[in-house]
Amino acid sequence: MGDRFAPGARVRTRRTDPPHHTRLPRYARGAVGTVVEPEGRHPLADDRARGLPTEPQTVYAVRFEARELFGDGDHAVTLDLWESYLEEAL
Amino acid sequence: MSGDHGDSGAAAVAARVRRVEALLEQRGLVDPDELDRALTAFLSQGSPATGARVVARAWVDDGFRLRLLADANTALPEVGASMGGGLQEQRLKVVENTATSHNVIVCTLCSCYPIALLGPSPTWYKSEGYRSRVVRDPRGVLRDLGYALPDDVDVTVWDASAETRHMVLPRRPEGTDGLSETELAALVTRNGLIGVAAV
Repeated sequence: MGDRFAPGARVRTRRTDPPHHTRLPRYARGAVGTVVEPEGRHPLADDRARGLPTEPQTVYAVRFEARELFGDGDHAVTLDLWESYLEEAL
Repeated sequence: MSGDHGDSGAAAVAARVRRVEALLEQRGLVDPDELDRALTAFLSQGSPATGARVVARAWVDDGFRLRLLADANTALPEVGASMGGGLQEQRLKVVENTATSHNVIVCTLCSCYPIALLGPSPTWYKSEGYRSRVVRDPRGVLRDLGYALPDDVDVTVWDASAETRHMVLPRRPEGTDGLSETELAALVTRNGLIGVAAV
């Protein structure tokens, strides 16, 4: 299976607050960013933490402007996000 | 939920780990020396001096610098370093500071850090204060740590939220043309590799 998103793709993070462990930090939810690069494939941490069977999926470095995350600021924040945290941003 | 790894919970977690370790040993599931051996092997090569050696090589060898930035794990063995440390190798991403852009690393969810390469992280790196504030106000955090970054330099914060670990490649200081690779390595600090100091 290929990577769903290519470098430069605009993506939006999930908004939902799951009741279980996740690696999508609260401050980066529902935000639009740009894919920097794929970082390899890994089992989803959310599933592993619950002992659920899980297939490896692509993790991406995704860059967000501080203004998008916090409403202001002139810096950028890059996070490592599993593919299922992301959807295409139109 | 992102997990509760707060400072206040650290003592409770440590106590729980000790209890689990004792039970595993009691029931003969783990050799009492086995964990110590694994930890020793993991930490034996990890030291800020290893990161400094990587940086110094990148400063004197442009080919190595480019290979390091493109695929750090493949380049590290050239200077006798690795992200393995006897355990499963982790991916390393090296991010380069330039005249116009500065990088700083953090793990907002817990305390991810390239331990196999750099050894244990400083205590403040794991503090809630650093973790919560550096993504929101990196310039202010750097200022508080004694590093005044010029306003016209862009800042990128790298939050290690998955399986990749990060290290900063600081800028080579001015006036160091005559120095040897060993002398250059001696200039590099752990804070420089995290991105909260110039070098």
